[in-house]
Amino acid sequence: MPLVKAGRVVDDPYVRALDDAPIPDGVPVIVPAQRFLADASELVARSAPVGVLWPNDRRVAELEPWLGDVALIALVFPKFRDGRAYSQARLLRERYGFRGELRATGEVLRDQFQFLVRAGFDAFEVKKQIDARVFTEAAARFSVFYQPSADGRLPALRRRLQGGPAAKARETL
Amino acid sequence: MTSPLEQKIKITGPIVVTANRVSDGTVVYRREDGDWTTQLDQAAITADAATAREMVQAAIADDLRAVGSYIAPVTLTRDGGVRPGNLRERIRLAGPTIDFPGAARDPVQTGQQAAHVSLR
Amino acid sequence: MYLYDDLDRTLVAERVAEFRDQVARRLSGELTEDEFKPLRLMNGVYLQLHAYMLRTAIPYGTLSSAQMRMLAHVARRYDRGYGHFTTRQNIQYHWIKLAELPDAMADLAGVGMHGMQTSGNCVRNITTDQWAGVAPDEIEDPRVWAEIVRQHVTLHPEFSFLPRKFKIAVGASSGDRAALRVHDLALRLFRNGAGERGFEVMVGGGLGRTPFLAKTIKPFLPERDILSYVEAVLRTYNEFGRRDNIYKARIKILVHELGAEAFAQEVEAEWQNIKDGTLALDPGAFADIASRFHYPAYERLDDGPRELIGARRADRLFDAWVGNSVANHKVPGYAIVTLSLKPEGSTPGDATAEQMDAIADLADHYSFGEIRVGHEQNLVLPHVAQRDLLPLWRALDAIGVATPNVGLISDIISCPGLDYCSLANARSIPIAQEIARRFRDHNLARELGRLHINISGCINACGHHHVGHIGILGVEKNGDEFYQITLGGKADEDARLGTLLGPAVPYAQVADVIEDIAAAYVELRERPDELFIDTVRRTGIEPFKERVYAAR
Repeated sequence: MPLVKAGRVVDDPYVRALDDAPIPDGVPVIVPAQRFLADASELVARSAPVGVLWPNDRRVAELEPWLGDVALIALVFPKFRDGRAYSQARLLRERYGFRGELRATGEVLRDQFQFLVRAGFDAFEVKKQIDARVFTEAAARFSVFYQPSADGRLPALRRRLQGGPAAKARETL
Repeated sequence: MTSPLEQKIKITGPIVVTANRVSDGTVVYRREDGDWTTQLDQAAITADAATAREMVQAAIADDLRAVGSYIAPVTLTRDGGVRPGNLRERIRLAGPTIDFPGAARDPVQTGQQAAHVSLR
Repeated sequence: MYLYDDLDRTLVAERVAEFRDQVARRLSGELTEDEFKPLRLMNGVYLQLHAYMLRTAIPYGTLSSAQMRMLAHVARRYDRGYGHFTTRQNIQYHWIKLAELPDAMADLAGVGMHGMQTSGNCVRNITTDQWAGVAPDEIEDPRVWAEIVRQHVTLHPEFSFLPRKFKIAVGASSGDRAALRVHDLALRLFRNGAGERGFEVMVGGGLGRTPFLAKTIKPFLPERDILSYVEAVLRTYNEFGRRDNIYKARIKILVHELGAEAFAQEVEAEWQNIKDGTLALDPGAFADIASRFHYPAYERLDDGPRELIGARRADRLFDAWVGNSVANHKVPGYAIVTLSLKPEGSTPGDATAEQMDAIADLADHYSFGEIRVGHEQNLVLPHVAQRDLLPLWRALDAIGVATPNVGLISDIISCPGLDYCSLANARSIPIAQEIARRFRDHNLARELGRLHINISGCINACGHHHVGHIGILGVEKNGDEFYQITLGGKADEDARLGTLLGPAVPYAQVADVIEDIAAAYVELRERPDELFIDTVRRTGIEPFKERVYAAR
């Protein structure tokens, strides 16, 4: 599954640690939530970055104590129609101020890219090769947004209040 | 006519596999050769559960041409014809049972009052 | 009505471009139906019995004449010359081809219309009172608030994949004409004891398999907090709504399973985090949206002009129509005119392209270019000068939308049913037509008075049968069409769910049963002006049940 960051397909530096396997030294590693919480202080003390794979039915508030120490949080879309991770992402970015890599995993398809970016994701394990290739274009499908979100882009209302040519009303025919 | 979307596969008589054409939603039936037809009398018919299952699975996999494949009952007539096996399939084949709009006008101004209908 | 600006139009245009790309990828096979289905649903594209169906949003039921002409154009160019107005103030086209959809959507986008979020597990069309802005009993035009919320929930990155659909209604008057209590979320604007304006927030209403009336979780929410509170409700639902069973996935189930109080606390806890953030509505933001709502330059006119009084005296039929289809307007000298889309023999809520064009012209001439769609599947011309009522009536009658049966027994609300819909168990339209035929005598219908019949062809209840004075639900028994009858439902501020009358009756008997119910009502009522619904409340269903099932 190709990993997309900054609009390009990149190699994944992270290794997934399974539940019981020993965690390799000196390598960035993603650890499942339960395991992370059990060994959190040790894991964040490692020299290599550590990431957490967080399930979509568990509150991200539990991670708050370690948000300054984990380099990556991977959230899950078991089916792309299951939208719980969008809420988790926004909370991590906007409420808890998480600055590390926020990765979308599971079933990640082209038509959700822009929603994902707007929710605060900056890394994507994309299901289809073809979708990964068109990431930049797909993530820029819309230029107008009605609501503020994690990407910090100005919603339409703010643009209107700032005035300017785009904000003038026109009769609809 | 419980929506077939909720039915379990249960064959109690002859069936066809039917779906809607992807491009325009027209009702179509699966043929023996795997192609789709709008003509019910060209549809592949079976009364065997295993065959029916195969047919519908193949149809579902043919996602490019037809969508929403399911098993629908048919009735075989004595002269070798085939008819839809329930009201839902009759409607799918022949269209809605009511007129399209444009036929109705309430004749108020022409002075034709409808006949008085008394309550029983 | 709200005027789109370049930002609004850009968003709609970008959505059309996105959908065009998605259709192309579906037709090429790059997208499977499984992947495509949620995407097309989010643009209002269903697959029905005979064809694709396009549901086009009419935000809070308001249309300009230009938009109505475009709806006529789409009916003519891409469909079979007609459209169907729905119980959620949308329009549906039943014969659309997928390959032509992007073009149809591009045409609609040209007048600021779209099918965005008219289906799918997202926030749907926000509905309101079809008399919004002109009703004498409202404190403010609820459509401004509906538009504020509409923008906020459109293509919302966090809430586009909810557990299930989410329907919002907004009201601002003492009389509830928007069926607030059967919505997932309802916002009722009112003035509290201290004279402050705010919203009563109700959550967890909905019909279908498990009908519920919404519970009040916030008795008074200040206006400035509307978006942050809606956000808190949606976030709570997104997090906790069930995703294991589609029949248990609506917020009404969550509210029921948690209890309204516990649910309210969850929302409150979330809301406390965000209420003073960027979603707090500042007066500038409100003023900006409100400024885009243009209201007619009403003339200074008197009520009861000579033209009207004289015409009513002179023409019995005109008088009957005024008495039935014309309501008081908050501006003196004006009137709210309802156009019945329920003439005898018609499909409830359907209009031909020709009718739509003619109505657009009449709107230009008599209603400042504005039309409304009501959840009863009738249209409204909201700004008619009383002195124009006679010529307007003649014109409306000429196109068949002046049947004086608004609110009467033949003004039936009906879903499309098995004639069109792949979810249906039974037909609804022919039932509606037969009932209307039995009661086509206007004297008889007037005699029976206000009486709402709602028909649904399946348990999904798109006909809102649970809240009909008489509700009719189509079911299937051994391959035949049967119908359950309920009595005593109400969709207004005194909302109630109907009570089952008895065993389901076969197709051929439904109209007979309705006649029996009507006859029983006439016998049981205390006075001729005791409404049917009030008689039912007073007597209970037993006397009706006896009458209906005595010989069956």
